[in-house]
Amino acid sequence: MATDTKGSSTAEPGPGRRLPGGVPPVVRRVFRDNGALGALLALVAVLALLSPDFLTTRNLMNVGAQAAVVAVLAFGVTFVIVSAGIDLSVGSVAALSAMVLAWTATSQGLPVWLAVLCALVTGLACGLVNGVLVAHGRLPSFIATLAMLSVARGLGLVISQGSPIAFPDPLAFLGRNLGDWLPVPVLVMLAMAAVAAVVLNLTYSGRAMYAIGGNEEAARLSGIRVSRQKLVVYGLSGVFAAVAGIVLASRLVSAQPQAAFGYELDAIAACVIGGASLSGGVGRASGTLIGALILAVLRNGLNLLNVSAFWQQVAIGAVIALAALLDTLRRRT
Amino acid sequence: MTPSDRRSSAPIVRAEGVTKAFPGVVALDGVDFEVRAGEVHVLLGENGAGKSTLIRLLAGAHRPDRGRIVVDGRPVRVHGAQDAERLGIATIHQEFHLVPDLTVAENLFLGRPPRRFGLVDRARMEADAADLLARVGVNVSPRARLRELGVAHRQMVEIAKALSVRARVLVMDEPTAVLTGGEVERLFAIVRRLRADGVGVVFITHKLEEVAQLGDRVTVLRDGRSVARVPAGTDRDELVRLMVGRSIEAQYPRERGPVDADGPPLLRVRGLRRAGAFDGVGFDVRGGEVVGLAGLVGAGRTEVVRAVFGADAYDHGSVQVRGAPLPGHDVAASLAAGVGFVPEDRKGQGLVLGASVGENLGLVTLRRASRGGLVDRAGQRRAAAAMAARLGVRMAGLDQPARTLSGGNQQKVAIGKWLLAGSRLLILDEPTRGVDVGAKVEIYRLVNELTAAGHGVLMVSSDLPEVLGMSDRVLVMCRGRLAGELAGDAATQDAVMALAVGSARPADLAR
Repeated sequence: MATDTKGSSTAEPGPGRRLPGGVPPVVRRVFRDNGALGALLALVAVLALLSPDFLTTRNLMNVGAQAAVVAVLAFGVTFVIVSAGIDLSVGSVAALSAMVLAWTATSQGLPVWLAVLCALVTGLACGLVNGVLVAHGRLPSFIATLAMLSVARGLGLVISQGSPIAFPDPLAFLGRNLGDWLPVPVLVMLAMAAVAAVVLNLTYSGRAMYAIGGNEEAARLSGIRVSRQKLVVYGLSGVFAAVAGIVLASRLVSAQPQAAFGYELDAIAACVIGGASLSGGVGRASGTLIGALILAVLRNGLNLLNVSAFWQQVAIGAVIALAALLDTLRRRT
Repeated sequence: MTPSDRRSSAPIVRAEGVTKAFPGVVALDGVDFEVRAGEVHVLLGENGAGKSTLIRLLAGAHRPDRGRIVVDGRPVRVHGAQDAERLGIATIHQEFHLVPDLTVAENLFLGRPPRRFGLVDRARMEADAADLLARVGVNVSPRARLRELGVAHRQMVEIAKALSVRARVLVMDEPTAVLTGGEVERLFAIVRRLRADGVGVVFITHKLEEVAQLGDRVTVLRDGRSVARVPAGTDRDELVRLMVGRSIEAQYPRERGPVDADGPPLLRVRGLRRAGAFDGVGFDVRGGEVVGLAGLVGAGRTEVVRAVFGADAYDHGSVQVRGAPLPGHDVAASLAAGVGFVPEDRKGQGLVLGASVGENLGLVTLRRASRGGLVDRAGQRRAAAAMAARLGVRMAGLDQPARTLSGGNQQKVAIGKWLLAGSRLLILDEPTRGVDVGAKVEIYRLVNELTAAGHGVLMVSSDLPEVLGMSDRVLVMCRGRLAGELAGDAATQDAVMALAVGSARPADLAR
């Protein structure tokens, strides 16, 4: 993954603080920059000991496929959180985008490539509306995206008349495996992780996100056109949501109006577990990926251990609090 | 007891051999310090010398690693603000601890509002607040929201709050940094009255002329150690020498160079007006000169320079850079035209504190360093390293967060990002506020360097000796208008103050 960002500068580089000597510096840096990576590895180790079924290619790939939708949503949300905003609408926007795809392709007979474009444009449009409300309407992002959460969900229901629409066959491969073992959603997740990392680390807009999230007024007085960059931020989040929606619908083989319900909270949790700060200026694509994987591994492991779905919710909530707590402590020392 | 009895009496609060280390730095190293009843004890030192850490120990925000705090001869452990308050120690911090959305009265009684039947007694709270405000001599409604007040009034509210806890020791961290003229005089009057009442005052300042005006004793800190305890009447040069450990030849080393008199001026402002803020403001800045903008806090200086730069909008008037009109309220256009702005609120507006030194230095040039949307980060880093070296930024490395730099080094970064952008005209708003003596002179030298290279500097400053010492011409603002321009021998403190206060407030001329 690309070079350092603010995540590394806020964490003190304490020499060999958590790791014994003799560890290559590259590995040490990866751990220092991604506090959650240790937690993920510990979780994997524990589950491998407890359940013989956990550490199999088949199961791990299954975990990856399950993580994919939340991860892709979370990359989009990472842009927003880094710029000190919040996006609650991504679950609804994902469902709406998938619905637009299925509806234009199945009911309206559009070619599939055009239907995919329509879905992406839908995501972009929702994001831009969020961006306009936040940047020009001066609404708090919480309120603007809460409104979009409702609007997008409602539009999906309107288009579908409340029932699922079949997903076009040519896209079914998106939900399947490549070479019998590699799920396509995992590939999509990794590709989007790379895109998010490049955007955050190497593009003007990405660096502007860190500046805006760190101190919006200082960014404005340094010549960054904050309003325009916020449109980019929320627009990107919308496009990532559309991609996540398409992946989800292909896994379900249909676009469902209630799909991805509540996923925005998982996406935010993934960002926070991965070390992003809700007060802005801090966050990494790699961290968010790890955060999404932690959530998926935990769900999968608890299933394998036959923990009831009710207790699973409790466990996941506890992990979110613990991760955030550990990160706070790590920054303080 | 008479005041003389008190003066000979034992100290109220004493720090004995206190040591405090933070990761990577020993902030205090075996420092002794004491405050007696009825004295003003001035604490001097460059930024990073350990003054803030020492008063945080007294206020209970930190605890010493070694050594102890003694109150009335008994060792105490101060855990937090409420403990300190119980012991009679009140602190007025540099960053105000006030809630902008609450009223003045609510802020004064924050956490301990007067209650009646378990409910907040608002009427009594507001009456008590009015009494406190009257004691401080500030004309502010107890019902006003703090957000609506200017920085000088907020300072007064903070002082009133400290009085409300009946402090026996009052610690004031650079209270005059944001005040001017009459406000400083009023503050001094309050401090003198407290001293007469037997309160021990710890007074931190960077303005050396205030030491003799107000202080009784001076303790000088340098690099975490107490290097001297001297009477307040000590010669100013001697104090500077003690603070920096070397003598500083000239406090204001302005070197006037040739002013670029040909062609259109670097900056031409005509008839600038914004309703309620300023009106009819016009002036030129030419290449090679430093133009100072003096006046009282609230005279509209900051508002004018922000409007000129495009940070805020204006209603009427025009701004031209080298003859070309500059669109209003457009920072990116100013950047493109070669105008840079270093705001007075360094932490709130000048820097992204959580970001590294390197990222802050590269902020303005971010757009220019982008090709097809991708930033040349290696190039940005090289340029930042070169600029940090040129400005002598003292740091662990480019990755150090800007938050952890001292005030002077933060200011160098805030200026450096504009120099990287090649700004021809720099607007500096209070460039040396909260900056220690050594770094101040470095900033002045930088200004000389820039004007020698043909750049222009427009400098707002509330520090009269500074604005007189460093400016080639001084513009004085009074209540939103330019009251006059002074140059050469005509530019004296008295002349500036006379223009700044207008004829309506002759009392302030006493300064």
